[in-house]
Amino acid sequence: MKALVAIKRVVDYNVKVRANSDNSDVELANVKMSMNPFCEIAVEEAVRLKEKGVVSEIVTVSIGTQQSQEQLRTSLALGADRSILVQVDQPLEPLAVAKCLKAVCDDEKPDLILMGKQAIDGDNNQTGQMLASLLGCAQGTFASDVTVEDGKVAVTREIDGGLQTLSLSLPAVVTSDLRLNKPRYASLPNIMKSKSKPLATVNTDELGIDISPRTKQLGVEPPAQRQAGIMVGDVTQLVDKLKNEAKVIS
Amino acid sequence: MSILVVAEHNNQQLSPATLSALSAATQIGDVIDILVVGCDCQIVAEQAAVIPAVNKVIVADNAAYAHFIAENIAPLIAAVADGYSHILATATTTAKNTMPRVAALLDVQAISDISGVVSEDTFKRPIYAGNLIATVQSSDAVKVITVRGTAFDAFANEGGSAPIEVIDQVHDLGISSFVDEQLAQSDRPELTAASIVISGGRGMASGENFDLLYKIADKLGAAVGASRAAVDADFVPNDMQVGQTGKIVAPDLYIAVGISGAIQHLAGMKDSKVIVAINKDEEAPIFSVADYGLSADLFTALPELESKLS
Repeated sequence: MKALVAIKRVVDYNVKVRANSDNSDVELANVKMSMNPFCEIAVEEAVRLKEKGVVSEIVTVSIGTQQSQEQLRTSLALGADRSILVQVDQPLEPLAVAKCLKAVCDDEKPDLILMGKQAIDGDNNQTGQMLASLLGCAQGTFASDVTVEDGKVAVTREIDGGLQTLSLSLPAVVTSDLRLNKPRYASLPNIMKSKSKPLATVNTDELGIDISPRTKQLGVEPPAQRQAGIMVGDVTQLVDKLKNEAKVIS
Repeated sequence: MSILVVAEHNNQQLSPATLSALSAATQIGDVIDILVVGCDCQIVAEQAAVIPAVNKVIVADNAAYAHFIAENIAPLIAAVADGYSHILATATTTAKNTMPRVAALLDVQAISDISGVVSEDTFKRPIYAGNLIATVQSSDAVKVITVRGTAFDAFANEGGSAPIEVIDQVHDLGISSFVDEQLAQSDRPELTAASIVISGGRGMASGENFDLLYKIADKLGAAVGASRAAVDADFVPNDMQVGQTGKIVAPDLYIAVGISGAIQHLAGMKDSKVIVAINKDEEAPIFSVADYGLSADLFTALPELESKLS
């Protein structure tokens, strides 16, 4: 069974982002970039399925600038077999990313497509669902458990009230939630080996996809700040403040 | 300009979350229809019909929609969408799962989790875990939108009498089937609807120690939440997580206990009206957003707090 994992290069989760000087976008100059944490979980899940003998080949795909090769190399060091970069010069919206991935899937015909539930930059939580829609296939979003058996995949999903398990026909798109697994670190020998694994580059013209934007970002701003509060000395004072000043308990 | 709001419900009860999407819809236009899709959900349609802002209720009732399988309800929503300028739903896990699929069927770029309406085509939404707010303008003919529940006040949900229209379209792709569901059973209020929330973090040290929070919650009529650290440590189940990737809450009173205040957590609760932080680390970032901070050992502070609440 072939697994395809989509990954995204994003601002590292430890970076405190801020607006650029004209408030048109996020300041990205000299900012550390990494693989989106949810994508790392998706890569890890594919590697575990390969270790179990369920998956025979793992192909990772990124839609991004040439620098996204770094994150694809990381995925190769973590256990992917080969990578494809769909090279674009500007950031794409989720719909355009899903269209690029659809074109790659039409070519590669994976049985299982794994990706993060959302990227920590735009926080859209759309691409996996859109890809499943374009492929006309099943989707298992916000996955906390993935089990492949009898030509189907059972996905346990984190939903508002608890957990839901679905059985999906293949091919299917599965998006990872935080608790699907704990990703490993790449070992030094595997990092060395990854440098010789295949990494192909294609562009969107070759795929014949319309990536023109449907939305325009008019600006970014910091959220409203809260007024500084006070420290209370003990529980008695806290209860008094809540009852008599804030009036939120009686 | 007419707007379609997709109702959130469990086939028996219209979820109050639906009112947030309706509230956002009233800021965009004034002809608002509501779609109830489910199985044996006629009673939900009747609840929706008495909301004064609703022009018409559309019901699609079929076994294929029983568990809100996105593969089946997305094509239905896309078919009903014809003629509407906006399709809105509150950003529950059901809507997050379904609406992007609807958008792809309509070939439009969805707009997730809006926190403000600027105009009929321009919206505000948090990005980077709420560290920045982006203003986004859509050029698509139909705007497919999810709405951050805490950003829009719910409003009157009775007194109206909208007509109910039944449609019998069935979309059953047959590629996904429901296996089972483990839903948390609790007598306490639901996290996103509670007026008081008390949450525990890594500082709670174990799942058993959450009893200290439950006792206080029962005295206050509060819901109990948790930080990602507490969920990752298996103290409590995932549906209790408050934060950017968990539940977004904005109660009148939020009490954070043994929570350091990672950005991820703050993104899920910083719109609460009053925030209390109890943490023994005086330097914890949670104190920077707290209205009232108490630097104390939670294992002595919590029993004392419980005893002082009548």
